[in-house]
Amino acid sequence: MALDGRLGAATVRSLGRLAQGYALSVALGVPLGVLAARSQLFRSTARPILLGLQALPSICWLPLSILWFGLNESAIVFVVVMGSVLSIAIATEDSVSSVDPLLLRSASTLGIRGLRFHAGVLLPAALPGIATGLKLGWSFAWRALMAGELLFVAGGLGQLLAQGRELLDVAQVMGVMVCIVAIGLLVDQVLFRLLELWLRRRWGLVEAT
Amino acid sequence: MLWPFRKRCGPGGLLVPWKGRQERAKIAVRRLGHTFRQRRSEVVALQDVDIDVHSGQFVCLLGPSGCGKSTLLYALAGHLIPSGGQISIDGRAVDGPSPDRLLLFQQPALFPWLTVRQNLVFPLRAKGLPRATSEQIAREFLGRVELTGFEDVLPHQLSGGMRSRVALARALAMDPAVLLMDEPFAALDAQTRAHMHQLLASIWTRDRKTVVFVTHNVREALVLGDRVVVMAGQPGRVLQDLEVRLPRPRDPDDSRLVQLSRQIRDALARPEEPPRLLRPTVLRTDSPEETLRDQPPRPEPGALPAGRPRRLGARF
Repeated sequence: MALDGRLGAATVRSLGRLAQGYALSVALGVPLGVLAARSQLFRSTARPILLGLQALPSICWLPLSILWFGLNESAIVFVVVMGSVLSIAIATEDSVSSVDPLLLRSASTLGIRGLRFHAGVLLPAALPGIATGLKLGWSFAWRALMAGELLFVAGGLGQLLAQGRELLDVAQVMGVMVCIVAIGLLVDQVLFRLLELWLRRRWGLVEAT
Repeated sequence: MLWPFRKRCGPGGLLVPWKGRQERAKIAVRRLGHTFRQRRSEVVALQDVDIDVHSGQFVCLLGPSGCGKSTLLYALAGHLIPSGGQISIDGRAVDGPSPDRLLLFQQPALFPWLTVRQNLVFPLRAKGLPRATSEQIAREFLGRVELTGFEDVLPHQLSGGMRSRVALARALAMDPAVLLMDEPFAALDAQTRAHMHQLLASIWTRDRKTVVFVTHNVREALVLGDRVVVMAGQPGRVLQDLEVRLPRPRDPDDSRLVQLSRQIRDALARPEEPPRLLRPTVLRTDSPEETLRDQPPRPEPGALPAGRPRRLGARF
């Protein structure tokens, strides 16, 4: 594949955007989820709106994003964030509300409060569930990114795909598709699986072998 | 026949009504009452409970399921706001959970992602102690519960008994003013439980912490306690407040202890009668079954029903 040079560069560009967008959505989504699980006020006010927004396919954010941010990187990153932040938040909220109340009671009797409680007890206790949400959020982010790059041509793997179509180069299109699948598999089956295994071993959720 | 002047009972005055002390009580419970309001019914979990616990006493709250002993304990711990009455510890009203009145639950409730050592160090650091001191205290208390060498093990790799020991070490390391224990050995098998009794008794004899221990097991109460507060349910109330004068260390198979446990069980079997402990007891040939007849099921310990339970972790 003569694409090799361009493929590498495009992959790096796509993954860079993905990393930015994903990191942002985790940084926003997890606290949002914790807030939703712990605050009755938040739940009764903002949550219905968030649930509604989650029903919007991420690509529908693209026109708005271009209008707001113009034709640049921020627009794509915005789409990626909006695609994944809500699923991460919802999974986090679920996970936090299912934490064993005995652990929370234990923490409160030991005098663990405030930030130490939220970061040191609540989050770790909910982490196995949050990890599932992170995995889901990643696949949404990846899809949103590809859709965005295809429509809004600005470098990256999506652009290579679009280019291949325009040049009627099936080999290029398929080559890029293989690359996209490979990245998806790598992250899903390797990175996230390793994370899950580590979590389950450490948290004692698997049988010791 | 009634023997109204004989305030003794049992073999040689080993189980006598508690007479109280002049000095100010460490824990003062006054006219405590609590009602759980459910959709169509009310359960009077506690009614007019008055108890004083003095510094260094080991008090056992003994009674069948549903008699309100756990409700009383949770109110003492600040995990429950009672519907009526007052509780004060060291002269200050109880207004929420605090490591000064640490509660040990039926399940060890260790943090599963932390090693044994980290489970002890984490709350010590939360208390404000520097890392070096926390590590040292953790090591010391793990030694006292005979778990040296297990510091870097994760809780799920330990047996139930070992987890209970870690929970106990954690509670003791926090050095609370008052230690509250809600049937902490109920989930253990008889052998491990007996071992834990010995361990707890030996540690307690050394430190003389003020302990309030809830149990439904008469023998456990007699092996561990200086005082046994016998309770009954519906409505939850104190039947008798007895002082145990057996010398320590106590052997659970001691014939005197066994006889005392029979007396208490008899008294509990008929809560509506006036206390029969003032009369000479007729020894009954019973089965060795030590636990008491259950009353109607009470709420799960980890999930108290409505009635203004405390928001978990809401106090920053």
